[in-house]
Amino acid sequence: MAMISYLKSCLIAAIWFVFLTFPLMVVKVNTLKNTVEWRWMNMLWVAIGAFILSAVWRWAMERRARGASQKEQESSDSDKKPSLGERLLEDPKLYRPLLGLVVALALLMPWVSEMYQVTIWVFALIYVVLGLGLNITVGLAGLLDLGYVAFFGVGAYTYAILNTRFGLDFWICLPIGGLTGALVGVLLGFPILRLRGDYLAIVTLGFGSIAKIVYENWEGVFNGARGIEKIARPGFFGMEMDISAATTFTYYLMLVMVVFTIFVTNRLKDSRIGRAWMALREDEIACVAMGVDMARTKLGAYALGAFWAGLVGVIFASQTTYINPASFDFMLSAIVLSMVVLGGMGSIVGVVIAALVLNLLPEYLRAFEDYRMLVFGAVMVLMMLFRPQGLVSNVRKTYTHSKKVHAEEANG
Amino acid sequence: MDYFLELFLSGLTRGSIYALIALGYTMVYGIIQLINFAHGEIYMIGAFVALVVSGVLTIYGFSGVSILILAALIAIIYSAAYGYTLEKIAYRPLRGAPRLSPLISAIGMSLFLQNYVLLAQTADFLPFPELVPEFEFMEPIAHIMGSAELIILITSAITMIGLTLLIKYTRIGKAMRATQQDMVMARLTGINVDRVISVTFIIGSVLAAIAGVLVGSYIGQINYFIGFMAGVKAFTAAVLGGIGNIPGAALGGLVLGLAEAMAAGYISSAYEDVFAFGVLVLILILRPSGLLGKAVKQKV
Amino acid sequence: MAENTQKLLEVRELTMDFGGLRAVDSITLEVCTGEIVALIGPNGAGKTTFFNCVTGIYKPTRGEILVHPPEQKTYKINGFKPNRVTAMGLARTFQNIRLFQNMTVLENVMIGRHCRTTTNILGAILRGKNTNRQERETIERSYELLEKVGLVHFADEFAKNLPYGAQRRLEIARAMATDPFLLLLDEPAAGMNPQETKDLDELIVRIKDTENISILLIEHDMKLVMNISERIYVMEYGKKIAHGSPQEIRSNPKVIEAYLGEGGDDA
Ligand SMILES: Nc1ncnc2c1ncn2[C@@H]1O[C@H](COP(=O)(O)OP(=O)(O)OP(=O)(O)O)[C@@H](O)[C@H]1O
Ligand SMILES: [Mg+2]
Repeated sequence: MAMISYLKSCLIAAIWFVFLTFPLMVVKVNTLKNTVEWRWMNMLWVAIGAFILSAVWRWAMERRARGASQKEQESSDSDKKPSLGERLLEDPKLYRPLLGLVVALALLMPWVSEMYQVTIWVFALIYVVLGLGLNITVGLAGLLDLGYVAFFGVGAYTYAILNTRFGLDFWICLPIGGLTGALVGVLLGFPILRLRGDYLAIVTLGFGSIAKIVYENWEGVFNGARGIEKIARPGFFGMEMDISAATTFTYYLMLVMVVFTIFVTNRLKDSRIGRAWMALREDEIACVAMGVDMARTKLGAYALGAFWAGLVGVIFASQTTYINPASFDFMLSAIVLSMVVLGGMGSIVGVVIAALVLNLLPEYLRAFEDYRMLVFGAVMVLMMLFRPQGLVSNVRKTYTHSKKVHAEEANG
Repeated sequence: MDYFLELFLSGLTRGSIYALIALGYTMVYGIIQLINFAHGEIYMIGAFVALVVSGVLTIYGFSGVSILILAALIAIIYSAAYGYTLEKIAYRPLRGAPRLSPLISAIGMSLFLQNYVLLAQTADFLPFPELVPEFEFMEPIAHIMGSAELIILITSAITMIGLTLLIKYTRIGKAMRATQQDMVMARLTGINVDRVISVTFIIGSVLAAIAGVLVGSYIGQINYFIGFMAGVKAFTAAVLGGIGNIPGAALGGLVLGLAEAMAAGYISSAYEDVFAFGVLVLILILRPSGLLGKAVKQKV
Repeated sequence: MAENTQKLLEVRELTMDFGGLRAVDSITLEVCTGEIVALIGPNGAGKTTFFNCVTGIYKPTRGEILVHPPEQKTYKINGFKPNRVTAMGLARTFQNIRLFQNMTVLENVMIGRHCRTTTNILGAILRGKNTNRQERETIERSYELLEKVGLVHFADEFAKNLPYGAQRRLEIARAMATDPFLLLLDEPAAGMNPQETKDLDELIVRIKDTENISILLIEHDMKLVMNISERIYVMEYGKKIAHGSPQEIRSNPKVIEAYLGEGGDDA
């Protein structure tokens, strides 16, 4: 009986979605050529798809509801078993060999694959660092920044302009790009960071869009929609490098950047500053009432995120040797955000994995490429619904202390 | 003088469109404090459905105003259905979640719907069939104001009056106001809050669909991405008027439309969108409660 | 008031309006060193609003809030941001518990040390000697405070998983971590059972005696209030209706009327 009502509701869902998608999935008009195309097969696919998905949905929703009530029970007994993922991350015996393998593969990669592959990986690593940078702002400090791409653009344009107009070297521009990003972050952040979270999101979206429009229309400085070309690749002690060697070089540079970013984020996470960010994310009012300077703390997170975007922007410009405003679209912010969301806000490993998966999947599964943004959107919704803590949830550090040892002994 | 009048009317037209969309943002925000990021997409879908319907009918040989009305009706039904489904899938399960969760879900939905239309239809701009008749009595002032503009102004005025009456005098309108004031109390007094929220999304979507159809036939072409900019501007209008405040959204829309038209006409149209964003940023920094909103202190 | 006491907090004619509503109406109040002072009144009297004004969460409409930190000059703190008020030495707890739910109990207390430590972003990345020392001190001090409120065994638990009474005590520990000379407690016994309330009673007295912290306390539990406070202020509809020792308050007809009219708990 329950089964029948279950199937019935799935059927209703299927019919509803057939109705919803009918004008857009089945009919296709071209008002230019005055043709109509009726794609009846799509109707079938939608029906089947909606039926199955609604069955899965119902099951997942039930699980979610059960999970919520279970968690309440669980909280009373403190020794719950860590999941495989957590064990993998916590037990050195498990993660050390794995880490070694990953490092070895990453180092060997350029020697065993073609340049095309290396280029793909360079961009994937750029996304990893962007993800880790945004993770500081969104994941650790809880500031939803939808205009993150603006800082990436600041870095890229800083290098492009300094290099093509003033002939400055990549290595000088790398820190300048990062610092310019941070500086712009501070200037923009200063007036807006006291806004409530959702307003902040919209304002940063506005900044991101304004930046793009300015790049497009300010011919004198940014060369408008044509963009800037012939940007130099990074040099290495005056060594001449062909494209392939330069790409390999950039690949290693990006690996170093990833390690550097992870190192920094990791240190910040469990420091005075990182704790204050997290506390602000949890409860702003309680946090300021405990003596945390909100403006300053938020500004730090915002500027640091911007710093990384600026830094990577420089590398991006040097890798593509050509930039135009189209590269700094809102969509890029959205993609990076969905990586942070998928990876688990605040979790370093999660963000790295998510950034790699979301970037490499469409590259290697060409069929998937068109559906990329669709999937990104769906990922954001589904993660919020079913796993808001992300794939790898953020484990809090525990501290040891003489008193704790006593207490444990006393308890048995 | 004529130039000013022309700008003024085009600003008013633009503004009433912003106002129609802004109402959806403001009503939803008023009740569940969520920026419904996907609202612009509901507007886009309304416009697209109208395009599909009128395109099909034109190709099968129908003509005239009847198409416009039929297309508008179907677009309204579909936008309402999408709005309702959107709320049910992406927002309702997140009641009581941390504030950023439904917002991220909304951003996800916005991306999803954009790309759904992109994949199901096309990335190109499609011309909207010419549906609005040229009124003869408009001939003498045609250089200042077209028939489409007249229709937009009249339709949005009627819609907004209708909305005001609905909220003031009907049962559901009263329930909406009660829920906006205090959701917990409303629930205690027997109001079905979930239903009120659904209805709010449906009404907002209907208004967005009307805006979509009007814009489609006014601008003459649409694509899957029109919801993004329209959404941001309408949200700006809602904030400008004081978010959560219904007359505020209408006022904010008109003010923003006028200001934009003047800035574009007398300064430069390249920075038109910067202007809207600039207004948004300034308002949020200087007067977050907007023109008509009251400043509320968060209870601690 | 004994002779060697000194005023710590001096509030003069404090008024707070919300639109048309006057939630606090020219309240004058003092707290001196070594005192436990209670602020009582029926629901909605404006007690929490008074706290919010003093701690900088709201900017009062009118009135003066003067703070005399021991061995320092006097500050007028109207309009100070909450973090500055806390840095000055006034710390508070919240009526509707506001812990950092997804941080551990220990980390919650460590946040309290934020304003007494100085590590900046660069310092945190480089982890120099100074940073390490501060971090160690923060941990030590936080454990110490957890021990004082009896929560050491919960140290690594998420704050949200704590039982209710323990959450209230954690709020106190977190506030104490900011090294205050005056602690403002907003209904610390709310939702506690009689045994927990008794423990709390002892805890508050112990804090006053051993830590040299004075206490301003909002509480509905009359037994607790009468037990531990030296002076009591009574508010109703934003106004101060009485002030005096527990004995005086107990027999004050105005107070009795305010509470009976409310039908609330009696003394
Ligand atoms: N942010 C605010 N905006 C508007 N009104 C408020 C605000 N904060 C408090 N009030 C109002 O001020 C009055 C006093 O509230 P307050 O919370 O200070 O009372 P209280 O004495 O702490 O009561 P309780 O014992 O219930 O905690 C109430 O009528 C309340 O509704
Ligand atoms: Mg209170």
